[in-house]
Amino acid sequence: MTKIKINNLNLFYGSFQALKNINLSIEANEITAFIGPSGCGKSTLLKTINRMNDLVEGCKIDGEVLLDGENVYGNMDTTLLRKRVGMVFQKPNPFPMSIYDNVAFGPRTHGIRGKAKLDDIVERSLRDAAIWDELKDRLNKDALGISGGQQQRLCIARALAVEPEVLLMDEPTSALDPVSTSKIEELATSLKEKYTIVIVTHNMQQAVRISDKTAFFLLGEVIESGNTERLFSVPRDKRTEDYITGRFG
Amino acid sequence: MMRSRFDEQLELLNKELLEMGALIEHAIESASKALINQDIDSAKKAIEFDREVDQKEKDIESLCLKLLLQQQPVARDLRQISAALKMITDMERIGDQAADISGIVIYLAGAPYIKKLEHLPQMADAAIRMVKGSIDAYVKKDLTLAKKIIDMDDIIDDLFVVIKNELIERIHEKVENGEQAVDLLMVAKYFERIGDHAQNIAEWVEYSITGKHKGELI
Repeated sequence: MTKIKINNLNLFYGSFQALKNINLSIEANEITAFIGPSGCGKSTLLKTINRMNDLVEGCKIDGEVLLDGENVYGNMDTTLLRKRVGMVFQKPNPFPMSIYDNVAFGPRTHGIRGKAKLDDIVERSLRDAAIWDELKDRLNKDALGISGGQQQRLCIARALAVEPEVLLMDEPTSALDPVSTSKIEELATSLKEKYTIVIVTHNMQQAVRISDKTAFFLLGEVIESGNTERLFSVPRDKRTEDYITGRFG
Repeated sequence: MMRSRFDEQLELLNKELLEMGALIEHAIESASKALINQDIDSAKKAIEFDREVDQKEKDIESLCLKLLLQQQPVARDLRQISAALKMITDMERIGDQAADISGIVIYLAGAPYIKKLEHLPQMADAAIRMVKGSIDAYVKKDLTLAKKIIDMDDIIDDLFVVIKNELIERIHEKVENGEQAVDLLMVAKYFERIGDHAQNIAEWVEYSITGKHKGELI
């Protein structure tokens, strides 16, 4: 089932066109990887899905991003949109508060107050982010005091706490060591049962390991997209082949 | 050119495969010559070539594993290396079968053949052409040639049936022919298997070029 459908999307930063006529379908309960060289538009497209680009001055967008068939650039409330479409960034960015408060932040924003309810949400989110066992005894400790890998999983837990439908991950492991990276990858693979995941990565092997579909971007265009195994074994476009085999440039 | 070190290693892999291809060609040519002329020296040569083939297989296998580990290849690189890994198994079996044929030739060398060999040399010739063609197709990345080799296997299969029927006739004529007939039938079977392995190699060449294996898109 298609969760997100992007139709004829063009995006400009001032006079610079960062995305050119993007058409792409993202399936529910799958991991879709965006790959391509730096500056090719992957993160920009990722951010159009929850309208993070609205915050960029001079950003102009035409075309549609349909979430369950509804255009996010129509009358959709952006707060509600960002509840449905959570995001995790390259660098772990926990808030300077306790681990508990980090996870409870989103639910509180959406009006949940009861302690028992919040306790439940915090535990469920930390469990879903595969970090409950590591943090359950120090929920009131400062979130900035835990390791980078734990911080990133905490940020995933924080994103999960508002029960999103889609999780956007922008190079979530590029600042992490191999052990933390594999934990995040395992986590992403288990999370797709409940969520739709879109991940931007510069790590080809990561795309191969965890994603179901891959889209290859170049100079603001989607050059090729499809089944990950197919794309990495028999790419259809020579530019894809050159890029993934490291003969690009 | 980026990844020039990797490209050099792939070039080395090609060169090693070519050398292994040349060895198995020598092995079956020697086995075939040994069979036709009842020539024990040629038979021994084929067995010697098979030992070299075995060594080559080990060398290429470790090169492929090293490339997989070091380069984490994708796309055409992955196809080339994985095809090479599969091809050397077939090539090694071809070497074994040439040695097996030679073993039988040595065993039969003392006695005249129960009939003039007519179709077996044809089979040997077709098998050699298939093996050469499959290696050529790999080196030249020649899809047309690979497909031609895949189709050629039918010729060998047909010849096997002809030989089998001839040998059955010989046994009907004289029961004492039975022992040699069974040995010659095994020789024919080995050539038939060599044809199958050459066909496999050609199929891996097709996969390496197109990404399609036996007509399937992976």
